[in-house]
This record gives sequence, C-alpha cells and structure tokens, in this order.
Amino acid sequence: MTVYLKELKQDMKAWEIWTVAITFMLVLCVLIFPEMKNEMDDVSNLFSNMGGFSAAFGMDQVSFGEIMGFYGIECGNVLGIGGSFFAALLGISVLAKEEKERTAEFLYTHPVSRSSILTQKLFAVLTEIVAMNVVIAVAAVLSFLAVGEEVAVREFVLLHIAYLILQIEISGICFGISAFIRRGSIGIGLGIALAFYFMNIVANISESAEFLRYITPFAYTEASDIISKSELDMKLIGIGALLFAVGVCVGFVHYTKKDIAA
Amino acid sequence: MTVIETKALTKSYGKARGIVNLDLKVEEGDFFGFIGPNGAGKSTTIRTLLGMLSPTSGTAELFGKDISGHKKEILSEVGYMPSEAMFYNGMKVGEVIAFSARMRKKDCSKEAKQLCERLALDTGKRIEELSLGNRKKVAIVCAMQHNPRLYILDEPTSGLDPLMQKEFFDLLKERHERGAAIFLSSHVLSEIQQHCSKAAIIKEGRLIALDRVENLSRTNARRVTFHGVDSVPEQLGGKSVEVLADSVSFLYSGDLKTLLNCAAQLPIYDMTITEPSLEEIFLHYYEKEGEEA
Repeated sequence: MTVYLKELKQDMKAWEIWTVAITFMLVLCVLIFPEMKNEMDDVSNLFSNMGGFSAAFGMDQVSFGEIMGFYGIECGNVLGIGGSFFAALLGISVLAKEEKERTAEFLYTHPVSRSSILTQKLFAVLTEIVAMNVVIAVAAVLSFLAVGEEVAVREFVLLHIAYLILQIEISGICFGISAFIRRGSIGIGLGIALAFYFMNIVANISESAEFLRYITPFAYTEASDIISKSELDMKLIGIGALLFAVGVCVGFVHYTKKDIAA
Repeated sequence: MTVIETKALTKSYGKARGIVNLDLKVEEGDFFGFIGPNGAGKSTTIRTLLGMLSPTSGTAELFGKDISGHKKEILSEVGYMPSEAMFYNGMKVGEVIAFSARMRKKDCSKEAKQLCERLALDTGKRIEELSLGNRKKVAIVCAMQHNPRLYILDEPTSGLDPLMQKEFFDLLKERHERGAAIFLSSHVLSEIQQHCSKAAIIKEGRLIALDRVENLSRTNARRVTFHGVDSVPEQLGGKSVEVLADSVSFLYSGDLKTLLNCAAQLPIYDMTITEPSLEEIFLHYYEKEGEEA
C-alpha cells in the first residue's frame, strides 16, 4: 500500500494536468455542437462523401449532425489520443523512472519484495487511468445536459468503456517495456501510442492492411462501429486483454530478476 | 555469528569491472572497513549483498541466509546507506523518512526525530532543495531509524562536513556498542584506521587483504622523505624511490629504529614520515601478493 500511495502522490500533478486538458477539450467540443448542428447537414454530407478519408475516421457510418455521432468522432480524437498518450506515459515510466532518477537503490533495499512493489505500481497506474476516465465521463454527461442534448446511455457507456480498455491495454504493454529500459522512456511511450493510432487509420483506409485491426487497440474503440451496432467487438477486446496480460507478465518476469542499476 | 559471508562471489556485467572470487567474512560485533579506490568494486559488492544484483557465481549470505531466497527477512535487519543518496523529488524530508519507516512496517517516529535533531536536519525541506550533505543526512536517518542489526554504509561521509562526520561516527559507535555490526565502505584510509577493527582491501574487483586494522597498518609502509641527500641508503631497502631537487622520498616498511639510526648518520636537514597514499598501500599489497605467489 505504501508504494501504491507514493505513486499516486508522485503522479498527482501530471494526472491533474492531463485530466483537465482532456476534459476541457472534450467539453469544449460538446459545447460548440449546437452552433455547428445547424450547419452540420451540409458538412455531414460532405464528410461522409470523402471516401477513404471518411472511412479513416469512421465518418461514413455515423452522422456528424447528431450528437452521438459527433461526440463519437470527437471522442475518438480527443480521448483516444489524449488518453492513450497519458496511459503510455504512465506505463512506460512507472518502472524505468526509479533507475532513471536513481531512486531504485533507496526503494529496492527495503524489506518489500520486488513483485509486491511492481503490483502496487501497476495498481497505481490502473487507478489513475480509471479515475481520469470517470472524471472525463462525468464532465461529458454534464456538458451534454448543458447543451440540452440527450445522452444515448448505452452507446455512451460502451464508448467510454472501450476507451478505458484501450488505455489499460496500452499501459500494460508499456509496463512490460518499462521493465527493460532505463532512460528515454517518454519517446518510446508516445511512439507506441501514436503507432497504434496510425495503424488503425491505415487499417480503415486500406483493405490489405486490415490485419492491423487485430493489433491496434484503436480498432475496438471505433465510434462508428460501437454506435451503429450498439455493442463492443469482444474478439478484438479479447486480443487486447491478451496483449495487456503479456505486457504485464513480461514486465514482472523480467523485472523481478533484473539487475538494478545504481 | 557471521553477519556477512561471501564465498567466491563473482559478478561480471557489461563493460564495468565487477567483482571476482570475493571471500568476505564479517562477524557479529565487527566494525568492518571495506577499502578501495573508486571503481574497485565496492558498490558492486554491496549491491550484490543486498540483492540488487544477482551474482554471476558464488554465494552471498547475510545472517547465515542466502540473499536470493530470504531478501525480505534480511533487508528488515539491515540499514543501508547508498553512496548517492537520491530520493524522490517533490517529497519533503519528513515524508521520505516516514515512507522508509512504513516500507518497514515500523513506527520509527521517535528514533527519527532524535536522529534529525542530532544531525540538524530540517524535515520540512523538499528533497530537491537539499545539498549532497543534507541528502546524506536523510540517508543516515533512513538507515538508522529502525535500529537494524547490520549497517551497510557505502561511502557515507562524502559530502558531510567534519562536524557532521564526527556526529555520524558517534552515532555509529553507539549503535556498535549496542551490538550492531557495521560494514563501512570508503576510500578514505584514515576513516577506516580510526574507526574500524577489521578491514578488507579490494582492488580491481579482487580482495587483496583482509585482516584486523592494526595488522594491516603494521605491515603498512611509510613514505619517508629525506631533505639534503639524493639517494636512499642501501640498508633501508626503500621502494618506489622518487628523487627530487634536494630530497629523496621512498617507501619504507622496516623497523623504525633502523630508520632513525640511519637518518642520524646522513647529512639531512629535514625529514618527514607520512602515511603513504592509498595507492601506495595497494602497491605494497600487490608486491606482497606477488612475493607469496
């Protein structure tokens, strides 16, 4: 529990900044929706007729003129990119930072097993991600109410759950990588999140690259699929869960045996 | 009881030197010095003892238990002071000390308060505001507040001012008198000579001597400088002779009387006898090793 609380406290400032930034962007998008709604019919037609570009962002299947369609796409960009970056940063630095900031010698010479420390660190990462997503979802609901739009509860919840799972998956993969690195963690974390994001866009545009959907977690957060089918793609989420588990296991196995540098 | 025992302990990694076939033994109640220049393998030895590094071969036991299987039990009885003394930025001194105590599941607040007072450590300061000396003080409190049976201290005095060094050794002595064993790594020879009862010398990852400090000192050579002559009399058998403008300096490891008698017959106008530098002592030990081999 001690390490868990230490992690939460240490990350507090970064958590606040990321949560406020993502919430602000998301709420802002919802608040400008009424103004755009009137002009949206034309825009919506335009957006859905841009072929590959529309498909890349899933705009060929949902209406930009309706709040859920609009929110789903915006959500994809703001919460998808912002959330995955934050999750990647948390995961990639959670183990590596002790060696990078040379605090490893202090931490790991206490009578607490490495696996216990790792477990607490992992739970701290998960707590921060869940807490951020709760704040964001509540703020989003409030902003819906503020502009007088109705929340399609099921779709809204599914959408947010999908993004939560996406962030957890990315954090787990980065956690595993974190066990191997000692410095330069931030670039690797952001690179992974960004790579996944673009993999999904490529998979949406090109049929020959569709296999990428089975790798990138962004595939199961596709707003167009979730809203039109009103369900989550459990097959893709299952793959995601597997990747998360692999990341975490690799991290534990490697880090519990690793030589800790000074 | 043996508190530290390593058998043929070897750790080799990357380009760093590591340690080779180290046989160390520290008994209960020892005030043990571990001497070596920077990069000799002192910290590698300590990190292997504490389970941060796993040995390439050989074994390391603390309190008769192997570190790889009993890390938690062992570490709860050890107070470790790392040479770098780095803590979490953003935390206050008091928070770091309390964190360390919570990690040990112990209430050490009373002991911690006393230690902070004696070391004049301000617990309200933030870690990033601290000088090296003050970070060292935090490390001292974290290593001592739980009253361990064994202290492992890696170059503890670097960065501490002389007054604090004295306070630190007073604290150590008190703990030692109460029965704790102390393993002190240092490259400051005088520190070891003044405080330790036994010492081991390590160079390039190998142990080259382990004995009681007085025995190590007895065999220690002295650097003698004669001013006014330009050669060393044969009967003194000086080693590593350095001839300067009007003086000659050499390592002498024989009887003091012989030296003085000899000096009295020389046309010298001044002479100094000093402790040889640590390097010279290593040299001395290497030569001895070579003779024995």
